[in-house]
Amino acid sequence: MRKKIQYYLDLIIVLTHKELKVRYKSSFLGYLWSIAQPLCLAFVFFLAFKIVMRVQIEDYTLFLIAGLFPWQWFANSLGSSPLAFLNNVSIIKKVNFPRTVIPLTVILQDAFHFLLSIPVIVLFLFIYGKSPSPSWIYILPLLMVIQFFMIFGFSLLLSSVNLFFRDLERMASILLTLLFYFTPILYPETMVPQNFQPLLKFNPVAPIMMSWRNLFLTGAVNPGDIFVSLLYALAALVLGYRVYRSLSWRFAEIL
Amino acid sequence: MSEPVIVFDKVTKIFPLYHHMTGGLKNFLFHLPKAWNTLKNSKFEALRDVSFTVAKGEALGIIGRNGAGKSTTLGLMAGVLKPSEGKVVVKGRISPFLELGASFHPDLTGAENIILNGVLLGMTRSQVRKKADEIIEFSEIGDFIDQPIRIYSSGMLARLGFSVVAHLDPDILLIDEILQAGDIEFQKKCFQRMWEFRKSGVTMVLVTHSMENVKTLCDRVIWFDQRTVRMDGNPQDVVALYRSSAGIGP
Repeated sequence: MRKKIQYYLDLIIVLTHKELKVRYKSSFLGYLWSIAQPLCLAFVFFLAFKIVMRVQIEDYTLFLIAGLFPWQWFANSLGSSPLAFLNNVSIIKKVNFPRTVIPLTVILQDAFHFLLSIPVIVLFLFIYGKSPSPSWIYILPLLMVIQFFMIFGFSLLLSSVNLFFRDLERMASILLTLLFYFTPILYPETMVPQNFQPLLKFNPVAPIMMSWRNLFLTGAVNPGDIFVSLLYALAALVLGYRVYRSLSWRFAEIL
Repeated sequence: MSEPVIVFDKVTKIFPLYHHMTGGLKNFLFHLPKAWNTLKNSKFEALRDVSFTVAKGEALGIIGRNGAGKSTTLGLMAGVLKPSEGKVVVKGRISPFLELGASFHPDLTGAENIILNGVLLGMTRSQVRKKADEIIEFSEIGDFIDQPIRIYSSGMLARLGFSVVAHLDPDILLIDEILQAGDIEFQKKCFQRMWEFRKSGVTMVLVTHSMENVKTLCDRVIWFDQRTVRMDGNPQDVVALYRSSAGIGP
Protein backbone atom coordinates (compact mmCIF):
# COMPACT_ATOMS: atom_id res chain seq x y z
CA MET A 1 0.00 0.00 0.00
CA ARG A 2 2.70 2.45 0.99
CA LYS A 3 4.65 1.50 -2.07
CA LYS A 4 1.61 2.14 -4.22
CA ILE A 5 1.16 5.63 -2.82
CA GLN A 6 4.85 6.33 -3.26
CA TYR A 7 4.59 5.19 -6.86
CA TYR A 8 1.50 7.32 -7.47
CA LEU A 9 3.29 10.36 -6.07
CA ASP A 10 6.37 9.67 -8.15
CA LEU A 11 4.24 9.44 -11.27
CA ILE A 12 2.62 12.78 -10.52
CA ILE A 13 5.95 14.45 -9.78
CA VAL A 14 7.63 13.14 -12.90
CA LEU A 15 4.73 13.98 -15.21
CA THR A 16 4.19 17.46 -13.76
CA HIS A 17 7.88 18.13 -13.94
CA LYS A 18 7.82 17.07 -17.57
CA GLU A 19 4.90 19.37 -18.41
CA LEU A 20 6.51 22.36 -16.74
CA LYS A 21 9.82 21.73 -18.35
CA VAL A 22 8.38 21.28 -21.80
CA ARG A 23 6.33 24.41 -21.40
CA TYR A 24 9.26 26.60 -20.52
CA LYS A 25 12.05 24.99 -22.41
CA SER A 26 11.55 26.55 -25.79
CA SER A 27 10.18 29.92 -24.80
CA PHE A 28 12.44 32.81 -23.97
CA LEU A 29 10.05 34.74 -21.75
CA GLY A 30 8.89 31.61 -19.95
CA TYR A 31 7.03 32.52 -16.79
CA LEU A 32 5.92 35.91 -18.12
CA TRP A 33 3.59 34.20 -20.56
CA SER A 34 1.53 32.64 -17.82
CA ILE A 35 0.71 36.07 -16.37
CA ALA A 36 0.51 37.86 -19.72
CA GLN A 37 -2.86 36.41 -20.59
CA PRO A 38 -4.83 37.34 -17.46
CA LEU A 39 -3.12 40.76 -17.44
CA CYS A 40 -4.10 41.36 -21.03
CA LEU A 41 -7.68 40.29 -20.30
CA ALA A 42 -7.78 42.63 -17.34
CA PHE A 43 -6.56 45.44 -19.57
CA VAL A 44 -9.24 44.76 -22.19
CA PHE A 45 -12.04 44.66 -19.63
CA PHE A 46 -10.67 47.81 -18.00
CA LEU A 47 -10.82 49.60 -21.37
CA ALA A 48 -14.31 48.38 -22.15
CA PHE A 49 -16.00 48.81 -18.80
CA LYS A 50 -14.10 51.55 -17.02
CA ILE A 51 -12.96 53.84 -19.82
CA VAL A 52 -15.74 53.37 -22.36
CA MET A 53 -18.77 52.36 -20.34
CA ARG A 54 -17.68 54.10 -17.14
CA VAL A 55 -18.85 51.50 -14.70
CA GLN A 56 -18.78 52.77 -11.12
CA ILE A 57 -16.59 50.21 -9.40
CA GLU A 58 -13.81 51.30 -7.13
CA ASP A 59 -10.24 50.30 -8.06
CA TYR A 60 -11.55 48.43 -11.05
CA THR A 61 -8.16 47.19 -12.31
CA LEU A 62 -7.32 45.63 -8.98
CA PHE A 63 -10.84 44.25 -8.78
CA LEU A 64 -10.45 42.60 -12.17
CA ILE A 65 -7.05 41.11 -11.47
CA ALA A 66 -8.15 39.65 -8.14
CA GLY A 67 -10.93 37.80 -9.93
CA LEU A 68 -9.29 36.94 -13.23
CA PHE A 69 -6.17 35.21 -11.93
CA PRO A 70 -8.00 32.45 -10.02
CA TRP A 71 -10.48 32.14 -12.88
CA GLN A 72 -7.64 31.57 -15.32
CA TRP A 73 -6.49 28.57 -13.32
CA PHE A 74 -9.99 27.14 -13.46
CA ALA A 75 -10.51 27.92 -17.14
CA ASN A 76 -7.08 26.76 -18.34
CA SER A 77 -7.27 23.45 -16.52
CA LEU A 78 -10.79 22.68 -17.64
CA GLY A 79 -10.16 23.98 -21.14
CA SER A 80 -7.37 21.46 -21.67
CA SER A 81 -8.97 18.60 -19.76
CA PRO A 82 -11.07 17.17 -22.64
CA LEU A 83 -7.83 16.43 -24.47
CA ALA A 84 -5.93 15.15 -21.44
CA PHE A 85 -6.35 11.45 -22.24
CA LEU A 86 -6.43 11.95 -25.99
CA ASN A 87 -2.96 13.48 -25.89
CA ASN A 88 -1.56 10.42 -24.16
CA VAL A 89 -2.90 7.68 -26.39
CA SER A 90 0.35 5.79 -26.75
CA ILE A 91 0.97 5.25 -23.05
CA ILE A 92 -2.67 4.55 -22.18
CA LYS A 93 -2.76 1.78 -24.76
CA LYS A 94 0.38 0.11 -23.50
CA VAL A 95 0.85 0.65 -19.79
CA ASN A 96 -1.58 -0.03 -17.01
CA PHE A 97 -0.96 2.88 -14.66
CA PRO A 98 -3.51 4.93 -12.74
CA ARG A 99 -4.90 7.21 -15.41
CA THR A 100 -6.09 9.80 -12.94
CA VAL A 101 -2.53 11.14 -12.84
CA ILE A 102 -2.92 12.60 -16.32
CA PRO A 103 -5.65 15.16 -15.58
CA LEU A 104 -4.07 15.63 -12.18
CA THR A 105 -0.78 16.82 -13.65
CA VAL A 106 -2.58 19.29 -15.90
CA ILE A 107 -4.27 20.85 -12.88
CA LEU A 108 -1.11 20.87 -10.78
CA GLN A 109 0.71 22.64 -13.54
CA ASP A 110 -1.91 25.37 -13.76
CA ALA A 111 -2.06 25.59 -9.96
CA PHE A 112 1.67 26.20 -9.99
CA HIS A 113 1.25 29.04 -12.46
CA PHE A 114 -1.50 30.53 -10.36
CA LEU A 115 0.80 30.50 -7.34
CA LEU A 116 3.47 32.23 -9.35
CA SER A 117 0.98 34.91 -10.38
CA ILE A 118 0.08 35.87 -6.81
CA PRO A 119 3.04 38.28 -6.53
CA VAL A 120 1.46 40.23 -9.39
CA ILE A 121 -1.72 40.59 -7.36
CA VAL A 122 0.36 41.77 -4.40
CA LEU A 123 2.08 44.29 -6.63
CA PHE A 124 -1.27 45.74 -7.71
CA LEU A 125 -2.43 45.84 -4.09
CA PHE A 126 0.55 48.03 -3.27
CA ILE A 127 -0.09 50.23 -6.30
CA TYR A 128 -3.57 50.86 -4.95
CA GLY A 129 -2.23 51.59 -1.50
CA LYS A 130 -3.33 48.33 0.06
CA SER A 131 -1.40 45.36 1.38
CA PRO A 132 -1.89 41.60 1.75
CA SER A 133 -3.68 40.50 4.87
CA PRO A 134 -2.19 37.98 7.34
CA SER A 135 -5.34 35.89 6.92
CA TRP A 136 -4.02 34.84 3.51
CA ILE A 137 -1.76 32.38 5.30
CA TYR A 138 -4.60 30.02 6.18
CA ILE A 139 -7.40 31.02 3.81
CA LEU A 140 -5.33 30.91 0.64
CA PRO A 141 -4.31 27.25 1.02
CA LEU A 142 -7.88 26.37 1.95
CA LEU A 143 -9.28 27.98 -1.18
CA MET A 144 -6.59 26.35 -3.27
CA VAL A 145 -7.50 22.91 -1.97
CA ILE A 146 -11.20 23.48 -2.58
CA GLN A 147 -10.65 24.79 -6.07
CA PHE A 148 -8.21 21.98 -6.78
CA PHE A 149 -10.76 19.29 -5.92
CA MET A 150 -13.49 21.08 -7.81
CA ILE A 151 -11.36 21.25 -10.96
CA PHE A 152 -10.21 17.67 -10.51
CA GLY A 153 -13.79 16.44 -10.37
CA PHE A 154 -14.94 18.37 -13.42
CA SER A 155 -11.82 17.48 -15.30
CA LEU A 156 -12.19 13.74 -14.69
CA LEU A 157 -15.71 14.06 -16.03
CA LEU A 158 -14.73 16.01 -19.13
CA SER A 159 -11.61 14.02 -19.98
CA SER A 160 -13.37 10.65 -19.64
CA VAL A 161 -16.60 11.49 -21.42
CA ASN A 162 -14.86 13.29 -24.25
CA LEU A 163 -13.28 10.01 -25.37
CA PHE A 164 -16.73 8.65 -26.14
CA PHE A 165 -18.43 11.86 -27.15
CA ARG A 166 -15.99 14.11 -28.92
CA ASP A 167 -18.46 16.97 -29.33
CA LEU A 168 -17.85 17.65 -25.68
CA GLU A 169 -14.58 19.45 -26.29
CA ARG A 170 -16.40 22.08 -28.39
CA MET A 171 -19.18 22.33 -25.86
CA ALA A 172 -16.70 22.71 -23.02
CA SER A 173 -15.15 25.85 -24.44
CA ILE A 174 -18.57 27.44 -25.01
CA LEU A 175 -19.70 26.46 -21.53
CA LEU A 176 -16.57 27.98 -20.03
CA THR A 177 -17.24 31.27 -21.81
CA LEU A 178 -20.83 31.29 -20.57
CA LEU A 179 -19.74 30.40 -17.08
CA PHE A 180 -17.25 33.24 -17.08
CA TYR A 181 -19.92 35.88 -17.74
CA PHE A 182 -22.39 34.25 -15.34
CA THR A 183 -19.86 34.38 -12.54
CA PRO A 184 -19.24 37.62 -10.66
CA ILE A 185 -15.73 38.29 -11.94
CA LEU A 186 -16.19 41.36 -14.12
CA TYR A 187 -18.83 42.69 -11.77
CA PRO A 188 -19.46 42.40 -8.03
CA GLU A 189 -22.27 40.09 -6.96
CA THR A 190 -24.07 43.10 -5.48
CA MET A 191 -24.64 44.51 -8.96
CA VAL A 192 -26.67 41.46 -10.00
CA PRO A 193 -30.38 42.47 -10.03
CA GLN A 194 -32.43 41.25 -7.08
CA ASN A 195 -34.54 38.76 -9.02
CA PHE A 196 -31.47 37.10 -10.53
CA GLN A 197 -29.57 36.88 -7.23
CA PRO A 198 -30.91 33.41 -6.29
CA LEU A 199 -29.57 32.05 -9.59
CA LEU A 200 -26.02 32.71 -8.42
CA LYS A 201 -26.44 29.86 -5.97
CA PHE A 202 -26.70 27.42 -8.87
CA ASN A 203 -23.38 28.47 -10.30
CA PRO A 204 -20.84 26.07 -8.79
CA VAL A 205 -17.90 28.40 -9.32
CA ALA A 206 -19.52 31.65 -8.16
CA PRO A 207 -18.88 31.18 -4.42
CA ILE A 208 -15.24 30.20 -4.82
CA MET A 209 -14.50 33.03 -7.24
CA MET A 210 -16.19 35.52 -4.92
CA SER A 211 -14.16 34.17 -2.04
CA TRP A 212 -10.90 34.59 -3.95
CA ARG A 213 -11.66 38.20 -4.77
CA ASN A 214 -12.77 39.04 -1.27
CA LEU A 215 -9.67 37.43 0.11
CA PHE A 216 -7.33 39.37 -2.16
CA LEU A 217 -9.11 42.72 -1.78
CA THR A 218 -10.12 42.69 1.88
CA GLY A 219 -8.47 39.68 3.51
CA ALA A 220 -11.86 38.46 4.70
CA VAL A 221 -14.13 35.83 3.20
CA ASN A 222 -17.70 34.83 3.79
CA PRO A 223 -17.68 31.42 5.58
CA GLY A 224 -20.98 30.57 3.89
CA ASP A 225 -19.34 30.94 0.46
CA ILE A 226 -16.50 28.67 1.48
CA PHE A 227 -18.90 26.06 2.78
CA VAL A 228 -20.97 26.10 -0.41
CA SER A 229 -17.85 25.86 -2.60
CA LEU A 230 -16.68 22.93 -0.55
CA LEU A 231 -19.99 21.16 -1.14
CA TYR A 232 -19.79 21.86 -4.87
CA ALA A 233 -16.18 20.63 -4.95
CA LEU A 234 -17.07 17.38 -3.22
CA ALA A 235 -20.06 16.86 -5.51
CA ALA A 236 -17.88 17.44 -8.57
CA LEU A 237 -15.26 15.05 -7.24
CA VAL A 238 -17.75 12.27 -6.54
CA LEU A 239 -19.48 12.69 -9.88
CA GLY A 240 -16.23 12.95 -11.85
CA TYR A 241 -14.64 9.98 -10.15
CA ARG A 242 -17.68 7.78 -10.60
CA VAL A 243 -17.89 8.55 -14.29
CA TYR A 244 -14.18 7.98 -14.63
CA ARG A 245 -14.44 4.64 -12.81
CA SER A 246 -17.22 3.38 -15.00
CA LEU A 247 -15.50 4.38 -18.24
CA SER A 248 -11.79 3.98 -17.58
CA TRP A 249 -11.57 0.27 -18.39
CA ARG A 250 -12.70 1.08 -21.92
CA PHE A 251 -10.13 3.83 -22.56
CA ALA A 252 -7.65 1.52 -24.25
CA GLU A 253 -10.25 0.08 -26.62
CA ILE A 254 -11.63 3.35 -27.84
CA LEU A 255 -8.39 5.25 -28.30
CA MET B 1 6.08 -27.91 -14.95
CA SER B 2 6.11 -24.95 -12.58
CA GLU B 3 3.09 -22.89 -11.65
CA PRO B 4 1.39 -20.81 -14.36
CA VAL B 5 1.85 -17.04 -14.13
CA ILE B 6 -0.42 -16.13 -17.01
CA VAL B 7 -3.74 -17.88 -17.48
CA PHE B 8 -6.18 -17.25 -20.31
CA ASP B 9 -9.41 -19.08 -19.62
CA LYS B 10 -11.84 -19.12 -22.56
CA VAL B 11 -11.14 -15.50 -23.33
CA THR B 12 -13.23 -13.66 -25.88
CA LYS B 13 -12.61 -10.03 -26.65
CA ILE B 14 -15.15 -7.99 -28.53
CA PHE B 15 -14.51 -4.39 -29.41
CA PRO B 16 -17.48 -2.16 -29.93
CA LEU B 17 -17.00 0.03 -32.97
CA TYR B 18 -17.50 3.63 -32.13
CA HIS B 19 -17.71 5.01 -35.63
CA HIS B 20 -21.37 6.00 -35.27
CA MET B 21 -20.26 9.17 -33.57
CA THR B 22 -18.22 10.28 -36.51
CA GLY B 23 -21.15 10.46 -38.92
CA GLY B 24 -22.35 13.50 -37.08
CA LEU B 25 -25.58 14.33 -35.36
CA LYS B 26 -27.49 15.23 -38.53
CA ASN B 27 -26.80 11.89 -40.12
CA PHE B 28 -27.61 10.11 -36.94
CA LEU B 29 -30.98 11.80 -36.47
CA PHE B 30 -32.10 11.56 -40.08
CA HIS B 31 -31.48 7.83 -40.22
CA LEU B 32 -32.41 7.12 -36.65
CA PRO B 33 -33.64 3.50 -36.84
CA LYS B 34 -30.78 2.45 -39.06
CA ALA B 35 -28.23 4.37 -37.04
CA TRP B 36 -29.52 2.85 -33.83
CA ASN B 37 -29.18 -0.63 -35.26
CA THR B 38 -25.63 -0.17 -36.39
CA LEU B 39 -24.86 1.35 -33.03
CA LYS B 40 -26.03 -1.79 -31.31
CA ASN B 41 -24.61 -4.29 -33.76
CA SER B 42 -21.33 -2.83 -34.87
CA LYS B 43 -18.93 -5.00 -32.99
CA PHE B 44 -15.65 -6.46 -33.84
CA GLU B 45 -14.45 -9.73 -32.44
CA ALA B 46 -10.71 -9.76 -31.87
CA LEU B 47 -10.34 -13.00 -29.92
CA ARG B 48 -12.67 -15.96 -29.66
CA ASP B 49 -12.56 -18.51 -26.86
CA VAL B 50 -8.81 -18.49 -26.35
CA SER B 51 -7.30 -20.58 -23.60
CA PHE B 52 -3.68 -21.12 -22.72
CA THR B 53 -1.30 -20.80 -19.80
CA VAL B 54 2.25 -19.58 -19.52
CA ALA B 55 4.45 -21.15 -16.87
CA LYS B 56 6.89 -19.22 -14.75
CA GLY B 57 10.18 -18.68 -16.54
CA GLU B 58 8.81 -19.73 -19.89
CA ALA B 59 9.58 -17.79 -23.06
CA LEU B 60 6.50 -17.77 -25.21
CA GLY B 61 6.44 -16.59 -28.79
CA ILE B 62 3.23 -15.38 -30.39
CA ILE B 63 3.02 -15.41 -34.16
CA GLY B 64 0.27 -14.98 -36.69
CA ARG B 65 -0.89 -12.77 -39.52
CA ASN B 66 -1.79 -9.12 -39.07
CA GLY B 67 -5.10 -8.80 -37.28
CA ALA B 68 -5.03 -12.31 -35.88
CA GLY B 69 -5.32 -11.04 -32.31
CA LYS B 70 -1.72 -10.87 -31.17
CA SER B 71 -1.71 -7.30 -29.91
CA THR B 72 -5.10 -7.74 -28.26
CA THR B 73 -3.62 -10.67 -26.37
CA LEU B 74 -0.74 -8.51 -25.18
CA GLY B 75 -3.16 -5.74 -24.18
CA LEU B 76 -5.14 -8.22 -22.10
CA MET B 77 -1.97 -9.46 -20.42
CA ALA B 78 -0.80 -5.93 -19.69
CA GLY B 79 -4.16 -5.19 -18.09
CA VAL B 80 -5.08 -2.27 -20.32
CA LEU B 81 -7.91 -4.27 -21.86
CA LYS B 82 -10.57 -6.31 -20.13
CA PRO B 83 -11.88 -9.57 -21.63
CA SER B 84 -15.50 -9.54 -22.79
CA GLU B 85 -15.91 -13.14 -21.72
CA GLY B 86 -13.67 -15.53 -19.87
CA LYS B 87 -10.90 -14.76 -17.45
CA VAL B 88 -7.35 -13.48 -17.62
CA VAL B 89 -5.13 -14.02 -14.59
CA VAL B 90 -1.66 -12.56 -14.39
CA LYS B 91 0.59 -13.05 -11.38
CA GLY B 92 3.58 -10.84 -10.75
CA ARG B 93 4.90 -7.51 -11.89
CA ILE B 94 4.44 -7.08 -15.58
CA SER B 95 6.48 -4.81 -17.81
CA PRO B 96 5.13 -3.97 -21.19
CA PHE B 97 7.70 -3.11 -23.74
CA LEU B 98 6.72 0.25 -25.10
CA GLU B 99 6.81 0.84 -28.77
CA LEU B 100 9.90 2.82 -29.57
CA GLY B 101 9.69 5.88 -27.44
CA ALA B 102 5.93 5.79 -27.08
CA SER B 103 6.20 7.71 -23.86
CA PHE B 104 9.24 9.75 -24.75
CA HIS B 105 8.85 13.46 -25.04
CA PRO B 106 10.79 15.04 -27.91
CA ASP B 107 11.75 18.21 -26.04
CA LEU B 108 13.22 16.49 -23.03
CA THR B 109 16.79 15.27 -22.96
CA GLY B 110 17.68 11.60 -23.08
CA ALA B 111 18.47 11.57 -19.37
CA GLU B 112 15.14 13.19 -18.48
CA ASN B 113 13.30 10.75 -20.68
CA ILE B 114 14.95 7.84 -18.89
CA ILE B 115 13.44 9.00 -15.60
CA LEU B 116 10.05 9.62 -17.19
CA ASN B 117 9.96 6.28 -18.94
CA GLY B 118 11.31 4.33 -15.99
CA VAL B 119 8.61 5.67 -13.69
CA LEU B 120 5.86 5.07 -16.24
CA LEU B 121 7.05 1.50 -16.52
CA GLY B 122 6.71 0.93 -12.83
CA MET B 123 9.92 1.97 -11.08
CA THR B 124 10.03 4.60 -8.38
CA ARG B 125 12.11 7.71 -8.97
CA SER B 126 14.89 6.65 -6.64
CA GLN B 127 15.13 3.27 -8.34
CA VAL B 128 15.49 4.90 -11.74
CA ARG B 129 18.05 7.37 -10.49
CA LYS B 130 20.14 4.58 -9.03
CA LYS B 131 20.14 2.81 -12.37
CA ALA B 132 20.41 5.90 -14.56
CA ASP B 133 24.17 5.66 -15.09
CA GLU B 134 23.92 2.01 -16.00
CA ILE B 135 21.11 2.73 -18.43
CA ILE B 136 23.03 5.55 -20.08
CA GLU B 137 26.10 3.40 -20.40
CA PHE B 138 24.13 0.51 -21.83
CA SER B 139 22.55 2.76 -24.46
CA GLU B 140 25.99 3.95 -25.70
CA ILE B 141 24.46 7.27 -26.61
CA GLY B 142 27.35 9.20 -25.08
CA ASP B 143 27.20 12.98 -24.95
CA PHE B 144 23.88 13.05 -26.75
CA ILE B 145 22.24 11.99 -23.51
CA ASP B 146 21.95 15.66 -22.50
CA GLN B 147 20.41 16.72 -25.80
CA PRO B 148 16.68 16.80 -26.48
CA ILE B 149 15.72 13.54 -28.10
CA ARG B 150 14.04 15.19 -31.06
CA ILE B 151 17.50 15.40 -32.61
CA TYR B 152 18.15 11.68 -32.07
CA SER B 153 18.20 9.28 -34.96
CA SER B 154 15.64 6.50 -34.87
CA GLY B 155 18.36 4.05 -33.99
CA MET B 156 19.38 6.11 -30.99
CA LEU B 157 15.77 6.32 -29.85
CA ALA B 158 15.50 2.56 -30.08
CA ARG B 159 18.64 2.18 -28.02
CA LEU B 160 17.34 4.49 -25.36
CA GLY B 161 13.99 2.72 -25.23
CA PHE B 162 15.51 -0.71 -24.97
CA SER B 163 18.06 0.38 -22.40
CA VAL B 164 15.34 1.53 -20.02
CA VAL B 165 13.45 -1.73 -20.34
CA ALA B 166 16.65 -3.72 -20.02
CA HIS B 167 17.11 -2.35 -16.52
CA LEU B 168 13.63 -2.96 -15.24
CA ASP B 169 13.10 -5.70 -12.75
CA PRO B 170 9.94 -7.43 -13.96
CA ASP B 171 8.48 -10.86 -13.33
CA ILE B 172 6.89 -10.90 -16.75
CA LEU B 173 8.16 -9.08 -19.81
CA LEU B 174 5.92 -8.34 -22.77
CA ILE B 175 7.68 -7.57 -26.00
CA ASP B 176 5.88 -6.35 -29.06
CA GLU B 177 7.99 -6.44 -32.19
CA ILE B 178 10.91 -4.25 -31.29
CA LEU B 179 13.97 -6.39 -31.54
CA GLN B 180 14.67 -5.19 -35.04
CA ALA B 181 15.74 -1.82 -33.70
CA GLY B 182 19.26 -0.51 -33.76
CA ASP B 183 22.31 -1.71 -35.61
CA ILE B 184 23.62 -5.27 -35.63
CA GLU B 185 25.88 -4.68 -32.70
CA PHE B 186 23.15 -3.28 -30.53
CA GLN B 187 20.78 -6.03 -31.57
CA LYS B 188 23.31 -8.53 -30.36
CA LYS B 189 23.44 -6.72 -27.06
CA CYS B 190 19.65 -6.80 -26.87
CA PHE B 191 19.65 -10.54 -27.39
CA GLN B 192 22.25 -11.04 -24.73
CA ARG B 193 20.15 -9.04 -22.34
CA MET B 194 17.08 -11.09 -23.22
CA TRP B 195 19.02 -14.24 -22.47
CA GLU B 196 20.04 -12.84 -19.11
CA PHE B 197 16.39 -12.13 -18.36
CA ARG B 198 15.55 -15.68 -19.28
CA LYS B 199 18.28 -17.14 -17.16
CA SER B 200 17.19 -15.11 -14.16
CA GLY B 201 13.74 -16.67 -14.41
CA VAL B 202 11.78 -13.83 -16.02
CA THR B 203 8.75 -14.99 -17.96
CA MET B 204 8.71 -13.58 -21.47
CA VAL B 205 6.01 -13.12 -24.05
CA LEU B 206 7.29 -12.11 -27.43
CA VAL B 207 5.11 -11.00 -30.32
CA THR B 208 7.04 -10.92 -33.54
CA HIS B 209 7.07 -11.54 -37.25
CA SER B 210 10.68 -12.61 -37.20
CA MET B 211 10.76 -16.40 -37.26
CA GLU B 212 14.46 -16.32 -36.46
CA ASN B 213 13.82 -14.53 -33.17
CA VAL B 214 11.09 -16.98 -32.32
CA LYS B 215 13.33 -19.94 -32.91
CA THR B 216 16.32 -18.59 -30.99
CA LEU B 217 14.55 -17.01 -28.02
CA CYS B 218 11.38 -18.96 -27.36
CA ASP B 219 10.81 -22.39 -25.97
CA ARG B 220 7.16 -22.45 -26.96
CA VAL B 221 5.13 -20.78 -29.69
CA ILE B 222 1.46 -20.04 -30.10
CA TRP B 223 0.16 -19.36 -33.57
CA PHE B 224 -2.91 -17.17 -33.72
CA ASP B 225 -5.15 -17.47 -36.73
CA GLN B 226 -8.66 -16.15 -37.29
CA ARG B 227 -8.91 -14.90 -33.70
CA THR B 228 -8.18 -18.23 -32.09
CA VAL B 229 -5.22 -20.41 -31.27
CA ARG B 230 -4.37 -22.43 -34.34
CA MET B 231 -1.39 -24.22 -32.92
CA ASP B 232 0.52 -24.34 -29.67
CA GLY B 233 3.78 -26.20 -29.47
CA ASN B 234 7.54 -26.16 -29.84
CA PRO B 235 9.02 -23.42 -32.06
CA GLN B 236 10.39 -25.67 -34.82
CA ASP B 237 7.07 -27.36 -35.57
CA VAL B 238 4.86 -24.32 -35.27
CA VAL B 239 7.10 -22.11 -37.38
CA ALA B 240 7.41 -24.77 -40.05
CA LEU B 241 3.65 -25.15 -40.37
CA TYR B 242 3.07 -21.40 -40.20
CA ARG B 243 5.54 -20.89 -43.01
CA SER B 244 4.06 -23.54 -45.22
CA SER B 245 0.55 -22.19 -44.66
CA ALA B 246 1.78 -18.78 -45.81
CA GLY B 247 3.24 -20.43 -48.91
CA ILE B 248 6.83 -19.82 -47.90
CA GLY B 249 9.26 -22.71 -47.83
CA PRO B 250 10.59 -23.98 -44.54
